[in-house]
Amino acid sequence: MRGRRSIPLLVALLTLAACGSSKSNTTTSNGSTSSSSGKPTLVISAAASLKKAFTTYGTQFSAASARFSFAGSDMLAAQIEQGVRPDVFASANTKLPAMLYGKGLVDKPVVFAANKLVLAVPAGSSKVKSLADVEKPGTVLVVGTPTVPVGDYTNTVLARLTPAQHRAVLASVKDREPDVTAIVGKLSQGAADAGFLYITDVKATDGKLKAIDLPASLQPRVAYGVAVIKGAPHPSQAQQFVAGLVSGAGRGDLRADGFLPPS
Amino acid sequence: MTCVPTGSYRPPRPSVARTRPLWFALVLALASAVTLAFLFIPVLGIFVNTSVARLVSSLGNPESTDALRLSLETTAIAVAVIALVGTPAAYALATRSFRGKAVLVTVIELPLVLPPAVAGIALLAALGPNGILGGVLKDAHITLVFQTAGVVVAQVFVASPFYLRMAQTAFAGIDRSLLDTSRTLGSTEAGSFARVAIPVALPALTAGLALAWGRALGEFGATLMFAGSLQRVTQTVPLAIYDEFANDFPAALALSAILVIVSAAVLIAVRFVVGTAALGSAGR
Repeated sequence: MRGRRSIPLLVALLTLAACGSSKSNTTTSNGSTSSSSGKPTLVISAAASLKKAFTTYGTQFSAASARFSFAGSDMLAAQIEQGVRPDVFASANTKLPAMLYGKGLVDKPVVFAANKLVLAVPAGSSKVKSLADVEKPGTVLVVGTPTVPVGDYTNTVLARLTPAQHRAVLASVKDREPDVTAIVGKLSQGAADAGFLYITDVKATDGKLKAIDLPASLQPRVAYGVAVIKGAPHPSQAQQFVAGLVSGAGRGDLRADGFLPPS
Repeated sequence: MTCVPTGSYRPPRPSVARTRPLWFALVLALASAVTLAFLFIPVLGIFVNTSVARLVSSLGNPESTDALRLSLETTAIAVAVIALVGTPAAYALATRSFRGKAVLVTVIELPLVLPPAVAGIALLAALGPNGILGGVLKDAHITLVFQTAGVVVAQVFVASPFYLRMAQTAFAGIDRSLLDTSRTLGSTEAGSFARVAIPVALPALTAGLALAWGRALGEFGATLMFAGSLQRVTQTVPLAIYDEFANDFPAALALSAILVIVSAAVLIAVRFVVGTAALGSAGR
């Protein structure tokens, strides 16, 4: 009787191995083949905060059929460092494209948009009305991990507070999420009272979240950099995509979603 | 990817083929080699790119050590909960027959095949602040989201079906006459359960717990979506690996290597336990 049991067990073990290793990653395959319409497929690794604007731009972009991999910019940069070759990398900061440029992995980056960091709260909640409320014990604050741009900007803001305020806000941090999408999710689920996000993320929720402006003295400079990948499968289309962000249809889509011109 | 329930699969014993043509032998050899390479090379990649020194130094990184400690604590609690509640539940399912049992068993096993992200959404929709039980939990002053308890809940949710399935099969496989004899000798049903059923099923129960532990240890998606990620509170080893990927790839590799070693140890231990049991019952 026991001997027979070892076969289903082996199947169970293999199943377990398969289940345990499945991670919900955001990577898209790096396919560079032509799409069915004959246009090449351009793969764009872009910051999660660009999702709405880039998806709109992608449908208008005629030189290629655009396929996006949206995730935290730090995650996308790490993939490129590990040898993943999309055509374009668009980051929510200028630090990561500059770092990749320094390593010879991308062409010279350009700044194509700016954004504003805000304190985002669920629309129906009145628990947090200002930054001071975040310092109160019992407030649940969600921020980005220190390596994702939104978390990096958040740290810049917090570093400008007084040491006592800084400590109080840090005590309210209950969760560090890998990208803005995850922060929006936690806030719109009512799991958190407040989170640091970009103004464009709040606008994209269609009223589910509301934004509390930060004092000008705390506002970090949020600039988005984009670069064509060295050895991109479709360099000319990639350059057209980037050009459209700076001065073409993409610029209009970015402005429509609340992104600011690069300063 | 599918996680097929595993209880009753029993392949037919092939008869020895003396007339197997050469080309078929080559197909078998090639398929085996491809399978082995495909499954093994990624694991090998982890170890080729890291070193023992790197492994040891990653144990000095507070983010890694906090994650390891949290993973051990939460999975230990999760496995204890699964054993305490799951053993009687599996016994009830194995020894009772009632209308709708097949449906009930399917519902219990559903988390086996649920994608981690679906498990996370499901837990939020049920136990999150806006979930169907959110109000009840709030009134009872229980918070799970962003708390270590939430990590345990996610682990129990995804891992318990592995144990329930193994335990149910084991209990169902016990010779009825053993339990009946125990009853005629004056034992209560509780007594038979504790003194006959559990000892007889123990090897399978242990193996089931080890599998559940392995699954709980690897839990990622549901934890991130339901419990969040914060060092020392909710950031278990898989979440730390994800975080370190962007930050410090060698550290992520080192943590991954540790998980591979631990998982392999579980696998070997389970095979050992079940193998011994098979030997032990051979002479019966």
